[in-house]
Amino acid sequence: MAIETHQDRPEPASSEPAGAPPVGGPGGVLRPWHLRPGAHLGVLCAAAGYLLGHLLGNFLSSAYQQNLLSDSNDIPIVLGYTFGTLGWLGGLGVFNDLGRQMLGRPLLAEVRHGGSEAGLSKYFRYTLDHKVVGIQYLYGMIAYFLTGGLFAMAIRSELLSPSYHLLGPSQYLMVVGEHGTMMMMMMSSVILGPFGQYFGPLLIGSKRVAFPRIEALGFWLTPAAYVILLSGVLFGGFPTGWTGYEPLATQATAGEDAYFFAFGLMGLSMILAGFNMIVTVINYRAPGMRWSRLPMFVWSMFTVSFLQVLSVPVLIGACYMGLMDRTFQTAFFSNQLGGSSFLYEDLFWFFGHPEVYILALPGFGVISEVVAVFCRKPLFGYRVAAAGMLGVGILSFFVWQHHLFDSGINPDMRPLFMLTTELISIPTGFIYLVGMGTFWKARIRFTVPMLFALAFYFNFLIGGISGVFLSDVPADTTEHGSFFVMAHFHYTIMGGLIFAFMAGIYYWLPKMTGFKLNERLGKLHFWTMFIFFNTTFLPLFAIGLMGMPRRVFEYARNLETLNDWVSISAFCLGVSILIFVVNFVMSMLFWREPEVDNPWRSRSLEWQLSSPPPPENFRRVPVILSGSYDYGVPDALPVADLNPPAGVIGAAYAGAPAAPPGMPPGMEVSR
Amino acid sequence: MTTTEPAAQPAPAPEPRHGRRLFVLWLVLSLAADLLIWFAWKPHLPPGDMSDAARHQQFDIAVLAISAAPVIVFAILYFVYALVVWRIRPGDDAAGDGEPIYGHTKVQVSWIVGTTVIVMWLFVFGTVELVTPAGAGAGEGPSPIWKLAGTQSATWTPGGKTMLDVQVIGQQWAWTYRYPQFGGMESSELMLPVNTPVTFHVTSLDVIHSFWAYQLGVKADANPQVDNVAYVTAKTLGSVTVRCNELCGIWHGAMFNYGHVVSQSAFQSWASGVQAKEKADGVLADLPPYALTYDPTVIPQMGENLIKIDGITGAAGYYYPPSDPVTP
Repeated sequence: MAIETHQDRPEPASSEPAGAPPVGGPGGVLRPWHLRPGAHLGVLCAAAGYLLGHLLGNFLSSAYQQNLLSDSNDIPIVLGYTFGTLGWLGGLGVFNDLGRQMLGRPLLAEVRHGGSEAGLSKYFRYTLDHKVVGIQYLYGMIAYFLTGGLFAMAIRSELLSPSYHLLGPSQYLMVVGEHGTMMMMMMSSVILGPFGQYFGPLLIGSKRVAFPRIEALGFWLTPAAYVILLSGVLFGGFPTGWTGYEPLATQATAGEDAYFFAFGLMGLSMILAGFNMIVTVINYRAPGMRWSRLPMFVWSMFTVSFLQVLSVPVLIGACYMGLMDRTFQTAFFSNQLGGSSFLYEDLFWFFGHPEVYILALPGFGVISEVVAVFCRKPLFGYRVAAAGMLGVGILSFFVWQHHLFDSGINPDMRPLFMLTTELISIPTGFIYLVGMGTFWKARIRFTVPMLFALAFYFNFLIGGISGVFLSDVPADTTEHGSFFVMAHFHYTIMGGLIFAFMAGIYYWLPKMTGFKLNERLGKLHFWTMFIFFNTTFLPLFAIGLMGMPRRVFEYARNLETLNDWVSISAFCLGVSILIFVVNFVMSMLFWREPEVDNPWRSRSLEWQLSSPPPPENFRRVPVILSGSYDYGVPDALPVADLNPPAGVIGAAYAGAPAAPPGMPPGMEVSR
Repeated sequence: MTTTEPAAQPAPAPEPRHGRRLFVLWLVLSLAADLLIWFAWKPHLPPGDMSDAARHQQFDIAVLAISAAPVIVFAILYFVYALVVWRIRPGDDAAGDGEPIYGHTKVQVSWIVGTTVIVMWLFVFGTVELVTPAGAGAGEGPSPIWKLAGTQSATWTPGGKTMLDVQVIGQQWAWTYRYPQFGGMESSELMLPVNTPVTFHVTSLDVIHSFWAYQLGVKADANPQVDNVAYVTAKTLGSVTVRCNELCGIWHGAMFNYGHVVSQSAFQSWASGVQAKEKADGVLADLPPYALTYDPTVIPQMGENLIKIDGITGAAGYYYPPSDPVTP
């Protein structure tokens, strides 16, 4: 059955008849895996592309080498990254269908049907099933997270002593930069990727996403960004942290190219994912899935997608200009030559602050889902919750200069940005109103996802309130750029988003895989993570207020005790993450205890399906009958009719052909 | 003022009066927290009270803490209460659902009004506190709008109302201080007279640094080709830690030094002493003329000599080539 068909367009004559046969069935000719495009070919092509680009760069630019300040010729490196990325995508087969369409040849069946194929190899290929992409994202983002976490361990090891050094100063900055950038790149996709791609269509009752090719491309850019960012290590890293401030970034050695290129590439991935999500949510909701019934998680995905589509292009522009400064010696950001370092700061934070909410909002969405299920109550103030998300999303574009209160830009806008920054705590507070209202007279169940949701409320409270301290200009003069800021955003991002991500994993992984996660290990993971997260980051507020700036490898001796305490806690936090990894690996690979379809007795649409859901999500497009939060309503309708009588939907959408049983392509009406 | 949290009382319930219980608990706990913050914590809050800017910042942090404590207490108290009272106990109907409450207009409206009141209060308070102490020690860029009272003059003498100008020059990875009212002499340690309005002109020779005089409560980014102005009046004698607060390259962590606030007469004799010595050594003649910004690429590379004479690194223009870092 076709995942993607064009009803209104006559298919060209092809070996693949309409109503395509199942893969491997009669008529479906599938080449052996190593002859099909996939990650293995991608790696080969990426290596070849890098060499080609490097060669080309040397050929083009050997006459005028060197960056303005760093004495290196970066053109071959940037061209190498460019061609390497193109090679990677080409090897994966991203451009195959594009080429075939341009040549007027039929599209390949194997790309489209990858999702319904058995075995693991589909996860290493460019496939168009959103559930495969979701799983790919899940593993990809966990890899990102663990790598970034290892860098964090290195940072804390170095900070054990104020004067005795494990890392040299440039190694330390390399580790700091890699940690920050990797985490920031990962966090922007850590929920939108795995859960958004996987459950977005399921939650709105769709069989597919709007643009499966764009969605898959969005994922396959992330491994490229990962490798390129890490390759910065080979050039000695980049000294600018995750913010990449100019003109230090122009002065830095070739590792900075890796930073700009990888961040830009990840930005592209975010834009693609956002576009796809927006169009999917608007156009692919099942009949009856009104905006007023949209699950809160989908609302959060929807808002975040707008933030990504609108703010990330600015980042890509900044990265591009930075690369131009480093390679072709333009002077966008060089004050001495007529450029402006403030321009970079403004561009970066114009992206950077919406980015922060790109990280926070998906957490709100996951938590809202989890809380309603385990309180056994409808979500309190549904409209307030949706309005809160939209409000946060809109306001987030008007706060960026609070990162620049001490920077030397004109000060007249400071009260305004102080106001907008404080205003944003009103819609953020709605999330707490919704949470608290839902807890009122609830019947609370302490499952692992619920524990993580509760911890989210606690951590995000500390993170949010400390943000108000930072919005106040006089207080910010002491706090800006210190460990206080560091503690603040770790509380919102790690304490908020990662706890929400963990809640999502424990809540949804059984649905994604069909296997239980061990509950005892889960509780152990939760308690260690919650306790050690707080013992790690709470003292950092004090350390910052006592005068320790960020990103330093030497600090005042009187802060040694606190820093040691933090480091040891951080190692324990690392162990807690290891418990999670053990739980994940053992439960998914070895114990493999099958989970029932709806262990949480959730009313949400995805839980009405088998675990894991069938390849096409719904045999028929469901008709949504009631909201997914109607817990405790005496005679609530089931959330959806999963098997609506033939013709119901066809009649609703005049013009669509009547649907005989067996689901012909004409049922693709979830528009 | 700060103890208004209107959303504190959700709808009263028939059985135990959850709302009233929560309200009383919240009132007691947040009052205790606020009293503790104000009387026990505030005197020790950073950045201390060495200057007017620092005092205002300390006051601000304390007021923000007092405003925040009831909110934190409210949220945590509520969740703990909910977990204790409304959790499923063994023996309860495990399959039962809660009451279907979809919303409560009064609670929602009072929540929105309450948070808006808190936010507007914080905004008004923050703006007043930003304007009254002349920008609260934050760098205001080349054209400041909130200024300290004081007269400008080409020379500075103790006892008068004249402002002292101090230029702070950041470079990888050292701070240099230049005193235009003392012939433009340079020093690698920061000296300030007490009870004197000071104007810092912060600039950089290479990348962005940030001048953070912690105890003074002054923070201003040092941007190349930009004059970033910040004001402070030191109120007590003592020493000051100066750290670079913006990542500026590999020795960022080692870019710190110390300053001292001394009496006005001691400052006068120190400054004229340094000026006389640098004049005798020929340093003043070799230094580039005092300017608000410097371009190191056009300053003659005379620095190595000057460093040998007086340990100065600043506007003289000698800076470490980035690809060849030198341990400071």
